[in-house]
Amino acid sequence: MSKPFDAEAHVRHMAKVMELTIAAEWEPTVIANMQTTATVAELVLSFPLDDHVEPATKFEA
Amino acid sequence: MSSEILFRPAHEIAAAVAARRTTARAVTEAAIAHIEATNGKLGAFTDPTFGRALAEADAVDAAVAAGNAPPLAGVPYSVKNLFDIEGVVTRAGSKINRDNPPAKADAFLIQKMKTAGAVLLGGVNMGEYAYDFTGENAHDGASLNPHDTGRMSGGSSGGSGTSIAAGMVAASLGSDTNGSIRVPSSFCGLFGLKPTFARLSRGGSFPFCASLDHLGPLARSARDLALLFDALQGDDPNDPAQVVRPKLATTAALNRGIDGLRIAVAGGYFRERGEPEAFAAVDTAAKALDATREVIVPEAARARAAAYTITTSESAALHLRHLRTRPGDYDPDVRDRLISGAMVPATWVIQAHRFRAWYRDALRKLFTEVDIILAPATPFHALESGTKTVTLDGVTMPARPNIGIFAQPISFAGLPVVAAPIWLPGAQLPIGVQVIAPAWREDLALRVAHHLEETGTAAAPVAAREAA
Repeated sequence: MSKPFDAEAHVRHMAKVMELTIAAEWEPTVIANMQTTATVAELVLSFPLDDHVEPATKFEA
Repeated sequence: MSSEILFRPAHEIAAAVAARRTTARAVTEAAIAHIEATNGKLGAFTDPTFGRALAEADAVDAAVAAGNAPPLAGVPYSVKNLFDIEGVVTRAGSKINRDNPPAKADAFLIQKMKTAGAVLLGGVNMGEYAYDFTGENAHDGASLNPHDTGRMSGGSSGGSGTSIAAGMVAASLGSDTNGSIRVPSSFCGLFGLKPTFARLSRGGSFPFCASLDHLGPLARSARDLALLFDALQGDDPNDPAQVVRPKLATTAALNRGIDGLRIAVAGGYFRERGEPEAFAAVDTAAKALDATREVIVPEAARARAAAYTITTSESAALHLRHLRTRPGDYDPDVRDRLISGAMVPATWVIQAHRFRAWYRDALRKLFTEVDIILAPATPFHALESGTKTVTLDGVTMPARPNIGIFAQPISFAGLPVVAAPIWLPGAQLPIGVQVIAPAWREDLALRVAHHLEETGTAAAPVAAREAA
């Protein structure tokens, strides 16, 4: 990502979107976890994949 | 006799019961007595099923008397408490699930164990909802390491590790999403098998992350793992992810040895961020196997990152209802990871699943060049209980999530792995080596682990009685 991920802003926004109540004493840990996920996800997102690579999920009708 | 044989491997117990040198009831009574004497200190069993165990033992003895000894006759075993046990509430390490009604039927794999003549002593402790590598539990306390009770058993199948290493049982069934069979196997010095993804049914077990969940056995010998694996295979329509495959007869294949197998050591990612014992254990195994080649598992760090992303978001989706209504009833460490998991953008997760397809294909290609890859199971020996941070390669990082750094990239590819326990010269604690095989070739990993055991390179002794 070109701009640093703002985990605090993301958590506060998504808590409302997802209807999650986060106690004040939990919030720093939730934000830290969100930052960790963003950091590791960036490693995945930065890997170039061919357009034809499909998700490795399985569904049989 | 029976108290002595309780500490022997499962295949020796089954042979003794089948030959009527002892009885399943005598072994079961010895197991119950040992559990009652040691569990208060070690914290393994949460849901003992002693009445059931004695009834199962009597049924086995009757079958033996009739000349129909089953393959796991009288083998005492435990199950991680995310397996359904008929009549028992499946707690999955949680407080919340204790409000559920008791399970109406046994999990598919427990049914298989019963058919094979094994005797269930009960459900054992685990990290809450399996989101754990420590063996610590906020509600039930920690399952401790029998080799050093000041240390972690490893998670999340911690009670499985504790119960076998302490000699309470000969085997256990655990689950492994990112390393939860291999980590306690490493910390407690046991053989553990994480089969190929979608091989063994997960029917009747409480899920963590369906895209990555595996079930499998832990025991004190590679032969035991083979016996258990052969008994556990079978098609189950209640596991929608299971792939129907021909049954693999691994026990019969053990004596084929390692001749002709191309065995390599994983380099790069798997030689970094670990304590010296992790790499020394791999080198010890490699020397015993005459493996001199090194291979690079492509993009292992990204594989771990993708597994992390899928795990946190998928498990959060499973728990969203209770995160909204009962957040205070979770283990705080688990809750705060699940809440952040509920906020992961969908595109990150889908990209991780796309990467998984790429990575699977890359590993398939790698396994055209080799048959077995060796790698550390954990970056260090069992940590002291309560350890919060570790320093690896000069970088201080949180301990909990990094215990699984070497396990996670392998399960992400769904490959079968046997964790084999190594005792380095002078070491007071064991550490595991991952013996990794191509998809659907559990037989190869078991043959190599068996060779390591036969040559004395790997061993899974019961912890000294004074410690346990």
